[in-house]
Amino acid sequence: MAIKLKIDRQDVSVPEGTTVLDAAAEAGVHIPTLCHVPKVTSPGSCRVCLVEVEGARTLQPACVTPVMEGMVVRTHSKRARQGRQMSVELLLANHPWDCNACVRNGQCELQTLAQTLGITDVRFPYSREEIPVDTSTPAVVRDMNKCILCRRCVAVCQDVQDVGSLAPRARGFDTVIGAGAGENLCDAVCVQCGQCAAICPVGAIYEQDAIEDVWRALDDPEKHVVVQTAPAIRAALGECFGLEPGTSVTGKMVAALRRLGFAKVFDTNFTADLTIIEEGHELLTRLKTALVDKGEVSLPMFTSCSPGWINFMEHFYPGLLPNLSSCKSPQQMFGALAKTYYAEKEGIDPKDIVVVSVMPCTAKKFEADRDEMMDSGFKDVDYVLTTRELGRMIQEAGIDFMKLPDEEQDSPMGMSTGAADIFANTGGVMEAALRTVYEVVTGRELPMEKLHVTPIQGLSGLKEVALTFEKCQPDWSFLEGVTAKVAVAHGLSNARKVCDMVADGEGGYHFVEVMCCPGGCIGGGGQPRMTTDEVRQARIKAIYTEDEGRPMRKSHDNPAIDQIYKEFLGEPLGHKSHELLHTHYQAKAPA
Amino acid sequence: MAKPRAYVMVSVDADTVVIGAREVKTRLAAEIGGCGLGGEVRVLETGSFGPSDAGVVAAVLPDGVVYGNLTPERIPQLVEEHFVKGRPVKDWLLPGEHFLPDPENSDPRGQQYFGRIVLDNCGRIDPESIEEYIANDGYFALGKALAEMTPEALVEEVKASGLRGRGGAGFPTGLKWSFCASEQADIKYVICNADEGEPGTFKDRLIMEGDPHKVIEGMALCGYALGASQGYVYIRGEYKLSIERIRHAIEAARENGLLGKDIMGSGFDFDIAVKIGAGAYVCGEETALIESMEGKRGLPRVKPPFPAKAGFRGKPTNVNNVETLANIPFIIRNGAAQFHRIGDPGTPGTKVYTVLGHINRAGLIEVPTSVTLRDVLEDYAGGMRAGTFKMAQLGGTAGDLLDASMLDVPLNYDSLAKNGHSLGSGAILFMNETVKVCDFLHACMKFFAHESCGNCNPCRNGMEALLELTERLKQGAGYPGDIALMEELVMGMQSIAFCPLGQSPAAPVLSAVRYFRDEMLTGIDADAVRPRPEHTMRHLMKLAS
Ligand SMILES: Cc1cc2nc3c(=O)[nH]c(=O)nc-3n(C[C@H](O)[C@H](O)[C@H](O)COP(=O)(O)O)c2cc1C
Ligand code: SF4
Ligand code: SF4
Ligand code: SF4
Repeated sequence: MAIKLKIDRQDVSVPEGTTVLDAAAEAGVHIPTLCHVPKVTSPGSCRVCLVEVEGARTLQPACVTPVMEGMVVRTHSKRARQGRQMSVELLLANHPWDCNACVRNGQCELQTLAQTLGITDVRFPYSREEIPVDTSTPAVVRDMNKCILCRRCVAVCQDVQDVGSLAPRARGFDTVIGAGAGENLCDAVCVQCGQCAAICPVGAIYEQDAIEDVWRALDDPEKHVVVQTAPAIRAALGECFGLEPGTSVTGKMVAALRRLGFAKVFDTNFTADLTIIEEGHELLTRLKTALVDKGEVSLPMFTSCSPGWINFMEHFYPGLLPNLSSCKSPQQMFGALAKTYYAEKEGIDPKDIVVVSVMPCTAKKFEADRDEMMDSGFKDVDYVLTTRELGRMIQEAGIDFMKLPDEEQDSPMGMSTGAADIFANTGGVMEAALRTVYEVVTGRELPMEKLHVTPIQGLSGLKEVALTFEKCQPDWSFLEGVTAKVAVAHGLSNARKVCDMVADGEGGYHFVEVMCCPGGCIGGGGQPRMTTDEVRQARIKAIYTEDEGRPMRKSHDNPAIDQIYKEFLGEPLGHKSHELLHTHYQAKAPA
Repeated sequence: MAKPRAYVMVSVDADTVVIGAREVKTRLAAEIGGCGLGGEVRVLETGSFGPSDAGVVAAVLPDGVVYGNLTPERIPQLVEEHFVKGRPVKDWLLPGEHFLPDPENSDPRGQQYFGRIVLDNCGRIDPESIEEYIANDGYFALGKALAEMTPEALVEEVKASGLRGRGGAGFPTGLKWSFCASEQADIKYVICNADEGEPGTFKDRLIMEGDPHKVIEGMALCGYALGASQGYVYIRGEYKLSIERIRHAIEAARENGLLGKDIMGSGFDFDIAVKIGAGAYVCGEETALIESMEGKRGLPRVKPPFPAKAGFRGKPTNVNNVETLANIPFIIRNGAAQFHRIGDPGTPGTKVYTVLGHINRAGLIEVPTSVTLRDVLEDYAGGMRAGTFKMAQLGGTAGDLLDASMLDVPLNYDSLAKNGHSLGSGAILFMNETVKVCDFLHACMKFFAHESCGNCNPCRNGMEALLELTERLKQGAGYPGDIALMEELVMGMQSIAFCPLGQSPAAPVLSAVRYFRDEMLTGIDADAVRPRPEHTMRHLMKLAS
């Protein structure tokens, strides 16, 4: 039913259930918000989006007030303006005044609010006690002195990720966002996904910064510093320079990295293609064990390229660890090969090689530090930068990003296919795997338009599709007529649903893709802020466009992959692969 | 057994039970029995009938005298003098009038006492005896409603009575009931709000301790009117005796077929359970109360939806204060018209207060809504104990401060509203000239700052700012402009805070400024300069130290 109301003297008609905030947006009026994040949380507690509703004694928060027939709303009456100003002034009163030395300087929602609301003085006293900054995890830093208690991080950790590490502690003015039972994040079960850092409006949660380490390596003449960039970076980095979300900047990104001084600009896409070969064979082997040898084998197999997801499994579903593919993530495969294959090939002492990765994700920082990730004999990946950090480095170096030419990655570890591109988004790893597995098994290309598996694309939380193998190649005849059922989940609350199904023996899946962050890596915790669903869609579109524009779109077509098996690895799941490209998991305490 | 010639009513309430009220009662019974007077003089346990700060209290009826500060050691002398020799022990008598039943009436349990509606039974009957409640017209209203009235008629009757909620906001009760009554749902709930967190207020406690069945009957009537089948009494955890007596009353009502299935054969099912409160002040706010009942952190909800539409477990729910519900049986029994004749027509009926401060008689009173503050002070509280009247706070910490110019305003919503004030929930604190306004405000702000749940920004940060501002004034170190800033802040909070708690400081602050601006100005240091922006300095200083 349509509801008619007046907003700032304009007639507006919107469906029942619409909020005043959204109705105002329809009418072209932008009401400022702070604690409200569409689809994530609307606690109505920051009291910034206040509007005057005729007949109401108090100002009403537009983000949670539903429209009502005949309602008369004024969004910028004196009372509404003053109420908002009071709210923001009160927030500023207990917010440290060191903006000039804050990571969020210039990109802080509180600053923007203060500026748009015309606040020029803060008359209330600052009364907070200093709280030690929490640097206890490799992923994020929490500076609760800057926290304005909007509780967005709590909502994202609890509801979107279903991890629940963060929760308000104490009451009243003493309220702080605590971690688990303690103050520091290391006291809680945290999967290091960084979604809290991505959603925080101010400088209270941010990534552990590796920029100085990377500069130091680049400055060191003894070091050979190579860089890899994850598939999701190219669709988001442009946002750091004011480009619209969904602008692909692959060529400029490569050029910028070269100008920063990296000796070789490689691509995590290369090991994404390699992952498909290894993981595809692992899946087929498990299916063979199950169907032909009737042996003990864990199915469905879960993908393993998302380190936040791995952490989640280790803490919450240790019983399902055998279902995880043993493949390392593409980042770690890359590191291990850079310090073995590439070192050998170029005749460089691996101790002098520094591997830097640029990732959309803070969990990758944690992953790179894991004890198991030293199969090359060294720390496989030395430093991990998030997209945001790379943006800052480019800015610091004074590189005019927009003027950069498009350049190409170096070979051999820079060559990749469209299948690797789509690792960036939910459904992409599965689609890439199906492109290869189907063709390996049947000898024919995946029979789908433009090679896209549309049922598993898009932003719904849990997606599935079934695929029947027919006219199989002789080696795979045991799959003749078998219908493979696969599922895709993104965001850990959805992952939890799949895990519960699998643990209960439901679903009947053979292969499940899970990405820790909503939307997949393009929505990672290290991506430029703010990642809304619209931004996710735009980035995903850019990734698919990138994929479709490629001459090669299937991992097994990548000649560099052929080459590495011939020159170095031998065969998929072979001895060397096991040594360098596969790993194992450990159950961890749930709290 | 012969009809007793006298009753000794020992007030056993939460305050007196800890200082030996039960021991006093046992000793009294023993001594009276020992003198062979057991048949003539009966010793009874009752709820409070008024006095507080007077130790263990007992009234002798029909003599109409009240003893205070009783101890078991004093009992033999008391029995000897009063009951054997017939001479009251003057030293232990509490002075003044105590709203005891008419001394002419030889049987205190036979007579309707019309001066009181809510407290009529308090101090007169044994709160643990459903028979005594029934003997005093108890459950008559419920029987009448079930037999003769439709739920709609019941709602109309309450509307016509003009009863307004006694929980603080004064919302018309009948109108509130009609919202919930018109909702369709498989189950509806009636909640009695007995959280009573306002400092200095304990009227609801004394009502529950003194006459628990009245609250139960009020709830059952409410349930019938709204089509609700389940009631809850949400009692704060500290109120141990209230919890005990309400539970006991529920049991007794069930055993007598007055709660449970098919009450009095009418087909109406209604039962009541007790929920123990979480303790925070804000849990008294109805939506926070519902959250807390659902086992969550007691934080206020976003409204709408209002509880009448989606309250406890998402079902239509009506929340009323204890005192509000305790008025219902009278209204139904005697009719709306009779209720409406009592007190001020805008707020008909009576109001129960706890009166405290520098007065001669602190305690529980029930007065018609037409009496003035002066009446309460002079007639009921026995005048100032020391010094002269300076101000009174009406309705607890969230209440207005009134000065002597307001002494003759009747204590009801409309009369007070005409003077820019409100009635609040049920405490009156009288203060003499020794109390400094800034000190008093600072104490109020401390309470609020302590009780702010911290959920919403304006209350969390605003209360802290008020604490600092009043502290400065208290020390004579306020910046010029601080008073205006405080006014701006509390008015701002009034229109932007999430729940009424954050809106509360406006009442004491604005009324203090209204009556005591000059005194408050002495808290300002005319030479002080607020650093701009102030907290830059503080923050840097903190970091440096
Ligand atoms: C902070 C706060 C505390 C409150 N505490 C109480 C309380 O202790 N008892 C009460 O009856 N109402 C309290 N109220 C009012 C309730 O929200 C509600 O209005 C009341 O229970 C309705 O009952 P009535 O209509 O019978 O007055 C409080 C309100 C606020 C904002
Ligand atoms: S990093 Fe992820 S899991 Fe850890 S606290 Fe933040 S949102 Fe929660
Ligand atoms: S840390 Fe950031 S997101 Fe979390 S409550 Fe504080 S300001 Fe909000
Ligand atoms: S006004 Fe805000 S902070 Fe204060 S008690 Fe209500 S919701 Fe909590």
